[in-house]
Amino acid sequence: MFQFITKLASLRNFYFFCGKLLPWFAWPTLILMVVGLYWGLVEAPADYQQKDSYRIIFIHVPAAWMSMFVYLVMALSAAASMIWKTKASEVVANSCAPIGAAFTFLALATGSLWGKPMWGTWWEWDARLTSELVLLFLYLGYMALQSAFEDKRTAARATSILAIVGVVNIPIIHYSVEWWFTLHQGPTVQVMKDKQAMDTSMLIPLMIMATAFKFYFATVLLMFSRNEVLERESHTKWVQEERERL
Amino acid sequence: MTNSSTHALKILLWRDFTLAARNKSEWMNPLLFFIFAAILFPLGIGPDTAILKQIAPGIIWIVALLAALLSLDTMFRADYDDGSLEQLTMSPYSFATLILGKVSIHWILTGLPLILLSPLLATFFHLDAASTLILMQTLLLGTPVLSLVGAIGSALTVGLKRGSMLISLLVLPLYVPVLIFGANAVSASSAGLDISGHLMLIGSLLVLALTLAPMATAAALRASIG
Repeated sequence: MFQFITKLASLRNFYFFCGKLLPWFAWPTLILMVVGLYWGLVEAPADYQQKDSYRIIFIHVPAAWMSMFVYLVMALSAAASMIWKTKASEVVANSCAPIGAAFTFLALATGSLWGKPMWGTWWEWDARLTSELVLLFLYLGYMALQSAFEDKRTAARATSILAIVGVVNIPIIHYSVEWWFTLHQGPTVQVMKDKQAMDTSMLIPLMIMATAFKFYFATVLLMFSRNEVLERESHTKWVQEERERL
Repeated sequence: MTNSSTHALKILLWRDFTLAARNKSEWMNPLLFFIFAAILFPLGIGPDTAILKQIAPGIIWIVALLAALLSLDTMFRADYDDGSLEQLTMSPYSFATLILGKVSIHWILTGLPLILLSPLLATFFHLDAASTLILMQTLLLGTPVLSLVGAIGSALTVGLKRGSMLISLLVLPLYVPVLIFGANAVSASSAGLDISGHLMLIGSLLVLALTLAPMATAAALRASIG
């Protein structure tokens, strides 16, 4: 087991290992996404109160879940690169940032689209939307810091610290925003609040979509990581051979 | 060892105080910014007493936050440039402790004067004496958090030529909780609510930052020095 891990630490092995894993995630993503979207958008019954506009939750909720999950993955690989100084984990952490930012943006955009028919406004200072917004800036800060350094390894050392500081702060930010919101008591209609009330006919496609998003994340993460490995190792012989093969 | 570590800390503090006394603009400018930025709000919004009173805690807190941000870039810059920071990392004393010393200096030069100046701003915004006192209490607990958390951002960007814009992007999201509790404590007290909870939450943020931030800053400085 340990030998396997040390072998993966070499970027070349990591690249080919990711390549082998890729189809195992890409195909389930496609299948789950098609099934989940069809079920959610066509099969599932319309909500008695929100009519068809509720269907955006099949994108919004999985994206919001992923936005937090990706940060956790990023912080864990950042911790791994701080402890073992492995290049592969640096690559994974760096690849997580744009994906996580995209999920966060998607959650914000769909939340805002959903807010227009429900709350009558594009933006409401709702606790969850606000903490998603702060999360987006955490991702953007990470990416900005990463691109500010010229040397990739120095950048990785700095960004790992930032990711770990961020993961300690996310729960604090989340709960302080939630608490701030309950103080202000906005006019928001909290339709989504009791999840128990969700019918199974809607819950199943939501779960399928959530799984599809997980697989999608893994697929894109593998692709981004492979891409970064090629970029980092572009001077080596095996990358040039690989480039000719492609 | 701890004895000599405190001795090293004393020398470091003394050195930084002397440096600050000789280079006044470094810590005076954020303070002037603090006052003038706050004055801009009544000029922009209008001199309506009721509105000013309502927004005063939020504005004073935001301006304090920006003033702290403004002074972050210089926290380690000079020591990094002349190489003394590198010497500190190689000293036999606990690096995190020495960092805590440098952060305390930063707070004494930027946070503390800001608290002393806040009654002046409170007068501009027609805050009553009781609210002003609470504002000062929240600032007393909150501004050290700003210095401690800001030190991490400062340490991460010290090796970069144009780090000051980046610091704000890195640090501002982390300042959100302090701003929420600090500004809301004052509003809550003027609404007649109990604010001991607010103060305890800022206090716990302070304890958390005091224990973890110096270590993160030390690690970030080591990464920057390379």
